[in-house]
Amino acid sequence: MSQSNIMPGFRPTLAFTLLYLGLVVLIPLSTLVFKSFQLSWEDYLSVITNDRVVASFRVSFVTSLAAAAVASLFGFIIAWVLVRYPFPGKRLFDALIDLPFALPTAVAGIVLAAIYQPNGYIGTLLTDMFGLQVAYKPLGIVVALIFISLPFFVRTVEPVLQEFDSTMEEAASSLGATRRQVFVRIILPNLLPASLTGFALAFARSVGEYGSVIFIAGNLPYVSEIVPLMIITKLEQYEYAGATAIALTMLVISFLLLLVINLLQLWVRKRSGQL
Amino acid sequence: MSILLSNISKKFGRFSALNNINLEIPEGELVALLGPSGCGKTTLLRIIAGLERPDQGRVLLNGEDKTEQHVSHRGIGFVFQHYALFRHMTVFDNVAFGLRVKPRRERPGEHEIVKKVHALLELVQLDWLHDRYPDQLSGGQRQRIALARALAVEPSVLLLDEPFGALDASVRKDLRQWLRNLHHELNVTSIFVTHDQEEAMEVASRVVVLNQGRIEQQGSPSDIYDHPANAFVSRFIGQTNVFTPEQQDDAWLATFGLQPGKTAHVRPHDIDIEKSSEQDAQAILKDWQHLGALIRVELVKNGSNDRFYAEMPNEHFKRLQLDKGDKVSLRIRQAHWF
Repeated sequence: MSQSNIMPGFRPTLAFTLLYLGLVVLIPLSTLVFKSFQLSWEDYLSVITNDRVVASFRVSFVTSLAAAAVASLFGFIIAWVLVRYPFPGKRLFDALIDLPFALPTAVAGIVLAAIYQPNGYIGTLLTDMFGLQVAYKPLGIVVALIFISLPFFVRTVEPVLQEFDSTMEEAASSLGATRRQVFVRIILPNLLPASLTGFALAFARSVGEYGSVIFIAGNLPYVSEIVPLMIITKLEQYEYAGATAIALTMLVISFLLLLVINLLQLWVRKRSGQL
Repeated sequence: MSILLSNISKKFGRFSALNNINLEIPEGELVALLGPSGCGKTTLLRIIAGLERPDQGRVLLNGEDKTEQHVSHRGIGFVFQHYALFRHMTVFDNVAFGLRVKPRRERPGEHEIVKKVHALLELVQLDWLHDRYPDQLSGGQRQRIALARALAVEPSVLLLDEPFGALDASVRKDLRQWLRNLHHELNVTSIFVTHDQEEAMEVASRVVVLNQGRIEQQGSPSDIYDHPANAFVSRFIGQTNVFTPEQQDDAWLATFGLQPGKTAHVRPHDIDIEKSSEQDAQAILKDWQHLGALIRVELVKNGSNDRFYAEMPNEHFKRLQLDKGDKVSLRIRQAHWF
């Protein structure tokens, strides 16, 4: 291999990559697996089929998917505005997008809870106008997750949109396509792979989020408890094996979902000749 | 379709890209917009297409004012410099695009679309590539697919922006010939932009020379070559030796028949040279290069370093039996004064 490869540095870089993966990712994750092996198969099943745990899985994945979907839609529009139109204050706006990256998520959770609770600024409005309560409901979780995951989508799609060859749009127009047709047939298909990546990142971030959610979720059993909260609860009760069992299950489900999204992305790329 | 441009002006910020352009292109012509980069030729083409709005002036296609009309309604075919093929579609879908986006009542049936697309792909001799994606094609193939795509909607005007600019020399030569034949076959009014004067002369039936947002001259290729309207055109089209009274002294210019006090442009092939034994011969042969059928002779004025060139057929040069350093006398067959 090292003889036939033109690029130098294959061995040291691979060694470094493996070392890094081992220390930071694989060893901690395998510890998780081994720890959960302390439980017998029956005990494991009884932990994860516990009604409250199953409900938390449903809450976590449904809210994460919903948040990733909404973040994708909003994120697409934001990326579009940032790339396509010049406007005053654009740089400031651009910097604001990244804020959720830097903010401690607990701070975000507390602020969101404060304004979305029934007597908060936005909460009162929503309750009065639509009879809608956001905070302490699954909807509140979605709001927090959108806040957290939005920059992941925007920052993934933005560079691709920037690189997008806009003469393709002009070519489509010159062939008689309406603006709608240009958008649907030319722009969207070219941004789909990046959008799927953005969606996957937003989803992954949402599934793992803890800090911001617990403040706005209300954490009602069976209604608005998320999986990370279940894990923390187990840990606080010194049920380490039970906590790892839930964590492992969550890891496997997340991995499978991300795998599906990646395969979907591969398929889209192949179909559009980008591979 | 005939094209009429009247008083077209366009500014980008404070830069004036086009300045009062008036141009009439009769139906069926193959016209080259020729000029150095930044002269406004692409902007003019984009204004005709409707991809750019002029600040002032009108665009008339077939006598109809189309200045305000959107590009999608102008019935033009536009071929982009870098092809702008749809990367996510096969060659077939690229060519079919213009037919598939037509409003339902004008749209041909799928069967007809398939037939027409294959016919177009055969016209550009690339039907065997119909299921490939643009990224899998060479530059020349992409260019021809872009052309087939533009022709699919049966445009009444075909506009090509530097159609051969991004191709290598041999492919470019083939495609030039091919474009000329295609135009002959379809007889659709076509305008192409180029900065390559050779390409313009070879392909177009009519050349429009632009410089700094203005039209310097227009006419047939031989017109422009033989009767350049001004110094810019003379220097831009073909090779020219420039003799200015400021640089060369009048007495020397007069010895080979150039009028004193004026700037003379002399084509290299309009200079005859002869071996001379006189001590004060007009020039010295410095060097010579083989350009295929022609020999280019590098000359300097006797007693200075002013360099100029003469060209002659290979055979002729051999007969003169000249060597580097030989003294030569000059005779000018024809010159343009500006």
